[in-house]
Amino acid sequence: MAGGTGGGETITMSTHESAVQAHAHAAPQGFIRKWVFSLDHKVIGLQYYFLALVAVFVGMFLSLLMRIHLIWPTAALPLLGDIKPETYLTLVTMHGTIMVFFVLTTAPQGGFGNYFLPIQIGAPDMAFPVLNMLSFWTTFLGFIVMIAAFFVAGGAPLHGWTGYAPLSAVQSTGPGEGLGADLWIISIAIFCIGALMGALNFITTTLDMRAKGMTMMRMPLTVWAWFVTAILGLLAFGVLLSAGILLLMDRNLGTSFYVPLITVNGQLTGHKGGSPLLWQHLFWFFGHPEVYIAILPAMGLASQLLSVFSRKPIFGYKAMVYAILAIGFLGFMVWGHHMFMSGMSPYTAFAFSIMTMGIGVPSAIKTFNWLGTIWGGRIRFDSPMLFAIGFVSLFVSGGISGPFLAQPVLDIQLHDTYFVPGHFHLIMGVASIFGIFAATYYWFPKMFGRMMNESMARWHFWFSFIGTYAIFMPMHYLGMAGMPRRYSQMTEVGYLHDLIPLQKFITYAAFVTIAGQLIFLVNLFWSMFKGKKAVDNPWEATTLEWTTATPPPHDNFGGHTPVVHNGPYEYGVPGAPRDYVMQSDPEIEPAH
Amino acid sequence: MGLVLLVVIWLITFISTYFFIAKTWWLPVGASAAAAGIDQHFTTTFILMGIVFVAAQVALGYLVWSFRDRGNAAKVSYSHGNTTLEIVWTVLTTILFVGLNLTSSSIWASERFRPAAADSVQVEVTGMQFAWYFRYPGPDGKFGATNPELEDASAGGEAALGLDTKDPASKDDVVSGVMVVPVNREIEVILRAHDVIHSFFIPQMRFKQDAVPGLAIHMHFTPTQTGDYEILCAELCGLGHYKMHGIVKVVTPEEFDKWLAAREAEKL
Repeated sequence: MAGGTGGGETITMSTHESAVQAHAHAAPQGFIRKWVFSLDHKVIGLQYYFLALVAVFVGMFLSLLMRIHLIWPTAALPLLGDIKPETYLTLVTMHGTIMVFFVLTTAPQGGFGNYFLPIQIGAPDMAFPVLNMLSFWTTFLGFIVMIAAFFVAGGAPLHGWTGYAPLSAVQSTGPGEGLGADLWIISIAIFCIGALMGALNFITTTLDMRAKGMTMMRMPLTVWAWFVTAILGLLAFGVLLSAGILLLMDRNLGTSFYVPLITVNGQLTGHKGGSPLLWQHLFWFFGHPEVYIAILPAMGLASQLLSVFSRKPIFGYKAMVYAILAIGFLGFMVWGHHMFMSGMSPYTAFAFSIMTMGIGVPSAIKTFNWLGTIWGGRIRFDSPMLFAIGFVSLFVSGGISGPFLAQPVLDIQLHDTYFVPGHFHLIMGVASIFGIFAATYYWFPKMFGRMMNESMARWHFWFSFIGTYAIFMPMHYLGMAGMPRRYSQMTEVGYLHDLIPLQKFITYAAFVTIAGQLIFLVNLFWSMFKGKKAVDNPWEATTLEWTTATPPPHDNFGGHTPVVHNGPYEYGVPGAPRDYVMQSDPEIEPAH
Repeated sequence: MGLVLLVVIWLITFISTYFFIAKTWWLPVGASAAAAGIDQHFTTTFILMGIVFVAAQVALGYLVWSFRDRGNAAKVSYSHGNTTLEIVWTVLTTILFVGLNLTSSSIWASERFRPAAADSVQVEVTGMQFAWYFRYPGPDGKFGATNPELEDASAGGEAALGLDTKDPASKDDVVSGVMVVPVNREIEVILRAHDVIHSFFIPQMRFKQDAVPGLAIHMHFTPTQTGDYEILCAELCGLGHYKMHGIVKVVTPEEFDKWLAAREAEKL
């Protein structure tokens, strides 16, 4: 790893200067070059953010329809009419796919990572601005293709976001498995290409564009998280892209990578010799690192915010860095825990299980360090901090159900029940979303030059925090009682009748929680135009984005290049003139 | 604000935990030989993770309240961490997580590493969109050949499985839409699927295994209580996934022999 500490500094400095000169570009004039095909990482970051914002409301709307259908299966909806069983599965599929790819992967990394990684390391832009623009527009195209799947003959696919073959590989297996499924795969393939370009850019930028003095071990934990996320993306999306291309070939060119000799409705399909488990291995080799792609940026951000708003240095900076690296590394060795019941060798299940329990260790270390950070602090309850605290709570709650599912013996009962969506929604779903909310409230002043409305933010927090638990905690109960996932109705199986009241409760909780999200939407747009003017460093934070103007100029630091002298979390420094020392302030005595 | 956070976090923790401890919704009553061991391990995991859950949430609530900004000039502790503590909790969590896992390995081994006993009752289970079919080998103890080209799903029964009647071994095969098994005998399940992946899930038996096209997966379980139990499909298999269910009737050995003999007699 270039840079490192101490000895690497000279190398970093000269690399940085040449990299900066090579990539300097003038501020664009004109609307199209400034706001549409922009090369400015800040504009591209906002583009990613607003794409994710549209996607999250689409995804949430789909989940609303699912919740309505689950408890009123025969109800006809205005405009949409009846929801048939296959329509329900379409909702399941598209909700999951849109949320995972176009929200959880797009906003934390493409959005905030793009906007703030270069500024936090003191760079004027990303290493490859043109590539950056291309990666956004590729992602955007992917989204359009995904949405188009709703409107073609047969509609969107019903095979779930995991797209298990042969269901996803043979066109006759169900409605939506025709053109809709092709568009779904093509969209994901396009997304993968965009994500790969983004990952290259993030890695190169972090390694080569750091300002003088910004050693690796002085990088904010947000930067570490974006950096490791990019490495995961580089290794994972390539595999998914290849897997997707093979799937397209199976569907349209008569190959049989994933399809053995099967009959659908008694009709031979012409396929033979393929392996359905091959798809699962390839998919989850991407799919499990993807979980960390979604949540690592939120973990980095939570670390950052707990330190800023507790006015205390982060507890165990090095341990946090090692934990991020360990999670990234182990994240590639645990994919088989999704396949304990798949027919994979039971001996490998044993190995995957041990590795999965092992990944709980760095996750627990992070939790301990978060608690250690607020311990002895002087906590300010601004809205970013509320969401950071909420993140820690959700991370713990979603985390402790992991060891249940990680043990194959317990997975016999819990696999593919509601216990699983309960688990992953708390942790990689909503905990990551809390990261996005926290980032929005925290960086909004820097991005738009205005503060968000604090009382609306607080209402939004309470709706989201309590609502999330009310929705997803009962799903664990449903799962233990044996309620399978992806059932469009509970009327066919005797004992599922008894669980309908709990499903009703979840739906009502979802109504209230979703209503609470409108507060966020109003606050976001209202504050953009009417919010109180923000000063350059409203949170009294130490990282480099708070040293520059609000919003930052085109080259981020207005013609000068910052020089870094301190670590990223110097709060409550004894003897300092104020309770924080910025990274670009003169060097303080080494910490103990 | 610190106090409100404390109250809300604690309330969420205690209410969530209450429903687990009160077992308002819990695992269905087990009816197989494996259930006791699996449930015991579930309870152990539940107690350990429950302690971690409550301790962490209570600590979080307490800390945010206790260390709120009280407006006075009280100094924060200027600490960058503590290496000893990091090592202590790394070692402790490793022991907890990995140790917990190892204690369950013998159950997994007996469920999945060991083949079915030689005297077990063989049942072939076939999943297809959206039904389960059960086949018994008949007096010759051999499953006859099947041929995908002979399959006729709409006809049901033997025709749905594509049973090749030219094969002598298939003459006495019994195909049923209901799974009937004797109590306290090990049942060897041979899982197949015709079209897409299905998953054979009997909650009370603590049994779940995907049925994968192209594979014949051999599994086993031993029912210990007579009665009717629902079979569900647990792997998304298409639009009828939610209604792809069946019944396993666990009966006394005498009733089982009688049932099987009657079905075999129909074949002659």
